[in-house]
Amino acid sequence: MEIQSNTIRFVLNDEEIALADVPATRTLLDWLRLHRRLTGTKEGCAEGDCGACTVLVGRLLDGALVYESVNACIRLLGSMNATHVVTVEHLASADGALHPVQQALVDHHGSQCGFCTPGFVMSLYGLWLADDRPGRPEIERALQGNLCRCTGYEPIVKAAEAMAAARPSAVFDPIERMREKVTEKLAALAPKETIRLGAPGDRVIVPACVDDLAEVLAQEPKATVVAGSTDVGLWVTKQMRDLDPVVFINHLPELQTISLSPEGLTIGAGVTYTQACDALAGLVPALRPLIGRIGGEQVRNMGTIGGNIANGSPIGDTPPPLIALGARLTLRSTAGRRELPLEDFFIAYGKQDRLPGEFVESLFVPTPPAGEHFAVYKVSKRRDEDISALCGAFRIALDANGRVSAARFCFGGMAGTPKRASHVEAFLKGRPWTEETVSAARLAFETDYTPLTDWRASADYRMLAAKNLLTRFLLESSGEPARLARFEELA
Amino acid sequence: MDRATFQDRKTISAPMHAPLRHDSAHKHVAGTADYIDDMPEPEGTLHAALGMSDRAHAEIVSMDLSAVRAAPGVVWVMTGADVPGVNDISPSGRHDEPVLAEGKVEFHGQPVFAVIANTREAARRAARLAKIEYRELPHWTDVTDTLAHGAQLVTDPLTLSRGDADTALANAPRRLGGQMRIGGQDHFYLESHIALAIPGEDDEVTVWSSTQHPSEVQHMVGHALGVPSNAVTVQVRRMGGGFGGKETQSNQFAAIAAIAAKRLKRPVKFRPDRDEDMTATGKRHDFLVSYEAGFDDDGRIHAVKANYAARCGFSSDLSGPVTDRALFHADNAYFYPHVQLTSQPLKTHTVSNTAFRGFGGPQGMVGGERIIEEIAYALGKDPLAIRKANFYGEAGSARSLTPYHQPVEDNIVGRIVDELERSSDYQARRAAILDFNAKSRVIRKGIALTPVKFGISFTATWYNQAGALVHVYQDGSIHLNHGGTEMGQGLFTKVAQVLADAFQVDITQVKITATTTAKVPNTSATAASSGSDLNGMAAFDAARQIKERLVAFAAEKWNLPPEEIAFVPHHVRVGETLIPFADFIRQAYLARVQLSAAGFYKTPKIHWDRAKGIGSPFYYFAYGAAVSEVSIDTLTGEYQVDRVDILHDVGRSLNPAIDMGQVEGAFVQGMGWLTTEELWWDDKGRLRTHAPSTYKIPLASDRPKIFNVQLAEWSENAEQTIGRSKAVGEPPFMLAISVLEALSMAVASIADYRHCPRLDAPATPERVLMAVERLKHL
Repeated sequence: MEIQSNTIRFVLNDEEIALADVPATRTLLDWLRLHRRLTGTKEGCAEGDCGACTVLVGRLLDGALVYESVNACIRLLGSMNATHVVTVEHLASADGALHPVQQALVDHHGSQCGFCTPGFVMSLYGLWLADDRPGRPEIERALQGNLCRCTGYEPIVKAAEAMAAARPSAVFDPIERMREKVTEKLAALAPKETIRLGAPGDRVIVPACVDDLAEVLAQEPKATVVAGSTDVGLWVTKQMRDLDPVVFINHLPELQTISLSPEGLTIGAGVTYTQACDALAGLVPALRPLIGRIGGEQVRNMGTIGGNIANGSPIGDTPPPLIALGARLTLRSTAGRRELPLEDFFIAYGKQDRLPGEFVESLFVPTPPAGEHFAVYKVSKRRDEDISALCGAFRIALDANGRVSAARFCFGGMAGTPKRASHVEAFLKGRPWTEETVSAARLAFETDYTPLTDWRASADYRMLAAKNLLTRFLLESSGEPARLARFEELA
Repeated sequence: MDRATFQDRKTISAPMHAPLRHDSAHKHVAGTADYIDDMPEPEGTLHAALGMSDRAHAEIVSMDLSAVRAAPGVVWVMTGADVPGVNDISPSGRHDEPVLAEGKVEFHGQPVFAVIANTREAARRAARLAKIEYRELPHWTDVTDTLAHGAQLVTDPLTLSRGDADTALANAPRRLGGQMRIGGQDHFYLESHIALAIPGEDDEVTVWSSTQHPSEVQHMVGHALGVPSNAVTVQVRRMGGGFGGKETQSNQFAAIAAIAAKRLKRPVKFRPDRDEDMTATGKRHDFLVSYEAGFDDDGRIHAVKANYAARCGFSSDLSGPVTDRALFHADNAYFYPHVQLTSQPLKTHTVSNTAFRGFGGPQGMVGGERIIEEIAYALGKDPLAIRKANFYGEAGSARSLTPYHQPVEDNIVGRIVDELERSSDYQARRAAILDFNAKSRVIRKGIALTPVKFGISFTATWYNQAGALVHVYQDGSIHLNHGGTEMGQGLFTKVAQVLADAFQVDITQVKITATTTAKVPNTSATAASSGSDLNGMAAFDAARQIKERLVAFAAEKWNLPPEEIAFVPHHVRVGETLIPFADFIRQAYLARVQLSAAGFYKTPKIHWDRAKGIGSPFYYFAYGAAVSEVSIDTLTGEYQVDRVDILHDVGRSLNPAIDMGQVEGAFVQGMGWLTTEELWWDDKGRLRTHAPSTYKIPLASDRPKIFNVQLAEWSENAEQTIGRSKAVGEPPFMLAISVLEALSMAVASIADYRHCPRLDAPATPERVLMAVERLKHL
């Protein structure tokens, strides 16, 4: 297949697709349902929260074909170049025989109204491909992005346990059957030059490399840069914003690098939460359970650490721990690179230190010195797949006498930006790390923060919980159990 | 399977009581089960979107819709003035609910106009371009505000009373009182509302509607179009969930689609976005319950007085029967010697609240259980002991009369609770938890066993009727249609089992067909858990008629007494001869036997005099009990449900697999209602939790970590229901009250169980933490 610079090319189930007409805000879901009449994939919420629209997307990562569940409702069609889109229609064999994942759901009465079911099938299929012995923690994690209102989930989880064992020959499985062919195909579809589609007012740009991206943004400083579209997708489906041009960066290999040195970890801005999790947890184990509570699996497969920072939200979950850890951000433009402490990037609500033409290129997380205590606590109405009411990250160093020699605390949800608790930190400095000290330090939170009341929590609750999290940190750093864990191994 | 093997089989695949899977399970997992949005669109189909008010209460001074009309793809913009019939879809008959608001708006998000465009996206984009000028009027959205501003009602309140509550309260050895807030709940069916209207000849229109109540949609569409019901056909094969949210709320979407389709002579599809659906449609009522109870040192209740004030929204909708049902369940399983219960269905400037699984019953019951809890903490006893001391007595005893004067004649709550208490090891676990809490600083645990007694029947007595239409074709295949709708609850499967059982054929021979007002007229909503009771009996009646004709035919043809003719697996036995069912049917056809019948059923025994507050509104009661164990984090209020044990009564189950699914699903939905599902309005009266990003229903990881669910296999309905089964849709929802009370116990540990924590619902982590703080300072 010859690459053309005015076409988005990908594979849909077992069919090659080439699209020259791709509106910048067309979602993958609308295209599947309205243009391809693949109606097995449903729209439940159009904001990436219910999972009824779940499909698998295969892409090449370091040459290997990886399939991940994604929300088709907020995934933009323009981002699909060089991918393999797998919908529920692709699973059953031609004679109608169900895939083991589907059969297990039938056998365990895992569907009632059935509307969420194709989405569950696809999430479980993603799990089935990745893990042949998932336990309940893995199953629950794989299903965090799928809502069911009928079953209470118990039969679905039982089906997930049963399906793991059901593995007929690889030939049976539609993805395994095509794996080699698709790998070759996708390798050939990686853009060699920037793909440009559409007319002024409605343009899609898919740069071929990071240098091209810098050029594009120099010419189009007002462009909307889209990596995972877990936020921009909602601008489209909920706010019906016109975006022009949309520049897709989710495919750029240079933005997906992860490199570890003794000094720390460098993560490309296009690395998804899923990709970043092992590396970040390797550096700071407390980050694993936090990342496991960001969005659902589909959102973690799409959303990027760079995007979580670049959109400047005061309730993004990665900035508080990253700021507490002293992370630094690299911004890039045609003018070159600029590095700044992450906390300086967030200037005010809705305002970040990003110049026209600049984009977030990478993040550096320094290796924490040995002997420090670190914790990050997310508090939300529902444990999983919820936006934080508040998120507090704590890092503390003690001297030989048990006094606080250094403290870096940062909270999300307590101000218009992710913000350090500088008065609390200052109060603690030099004092013994004891309950008496912490009890006295609590008052300083009121100097640091004036939280808001909204549907996630009241100002009073946010303030009280923030203070109590410091108490929790003290107790945990001295070995006393002070929080719930549904599964001990994930604590 | 070849014919010979088939004919040799001595059993049928899915008789009544078999744990058959859902009839659409295969299609669900394959993605081939069609919902209305999945049907091929007729050529030229247009799409609708809503223009909604951004004021909670205001006069409309002017509406400039020119930019909407001029937007790309827009074909028509419809306002209330364009409704050709009556601009009203009030299901209560009070004419208080316009299709589209005219002159004034009464809630933030009220539909004011509808855009019809070539694509859904074009319609949605155009709807944002309206310029509407309002003159704002004062608004109040919650119960407390409304009570402070005249407490206007949307419908007549109800009083239930028996004995002399005031005197008994005054004379009781002990007395307490308090208030409880109980939040509402969004249905969050995964398939949002949808209607597809296809215009026909003359005044005719066919509407595919995601509705639990096709006959009402038919009636409302006719009313809004100004045409008789016989011009309107409403159809639905399946819904992606209903839970009560599609009982009356489908009317609006269907009416708008139908009006536009007739006006433009083109098919019109109307699928609101999730946010529009959650903003513009009603929810479970939230309540403020004010209670007083008189009791003695043994925890026995002498008298209860309670007022149930409900946020009904701007119109009556179903608020009358919903608030009535709250009072009907304020007693739950307990005998109140003297009682006075009043309802206060308040008018608020919010979307009109509506039916939701349990229909007010859950809120009534939560109030009743709060009283039990209060007594237990006041006396320093286990709430379970207080429960047992107050259960209704044996049938015929002095302690068997409900506040509405219906005797409880089928009481099995004692046996259910005793069995569950043993099987769940309640006492030992409670002791262990008390011990744990004494030692644990941050994490505290709680355990609670709560029962359910739920009345089955529509309290609107005339609703307790159903019809079915059954055809047997010449090849022996059977066509089944009835007035019930399938929303996932497995109704179609159960009724097909009834029919397969009646004719003794495999269920694969029974074709389940879409509900349509053209086949079975004047149906009731598939609601009040009554679907299988009513439609199962109606289908059974249709089968009976056909079978009687077949028996008469065979008796005459083979000259045998009717007792010698029997329907046995896959055959009809005529004397000593076994005739394959299809062959027998073919012979009956040739002999000109009518092989089609319309079945009918009406529930016996029930009657209700609302003005007097006296009657027997319920045919029978369904029972159950649950034990929940939870852990809370007293620093943040976060919690988890560690274990739940349930024993639930479905009589003799028509389909244990489906019934188990109903019990588990209802429990988790109820748990969501009482824990993380919070509706939040801002000071402008705007609902800010209108999508799953802000409104949090339970996830797989919220379900109980250990979840033991059993049906009471020994139970059989005392009344002659279909197969002696019991209704299952709603009753298990209320088992989740055990979670709320277990959370409450964990909080109570802070003050050594000396105070009732008075935990309001939903018990979000915030409410749990704030209750912990309150108790710390007592």
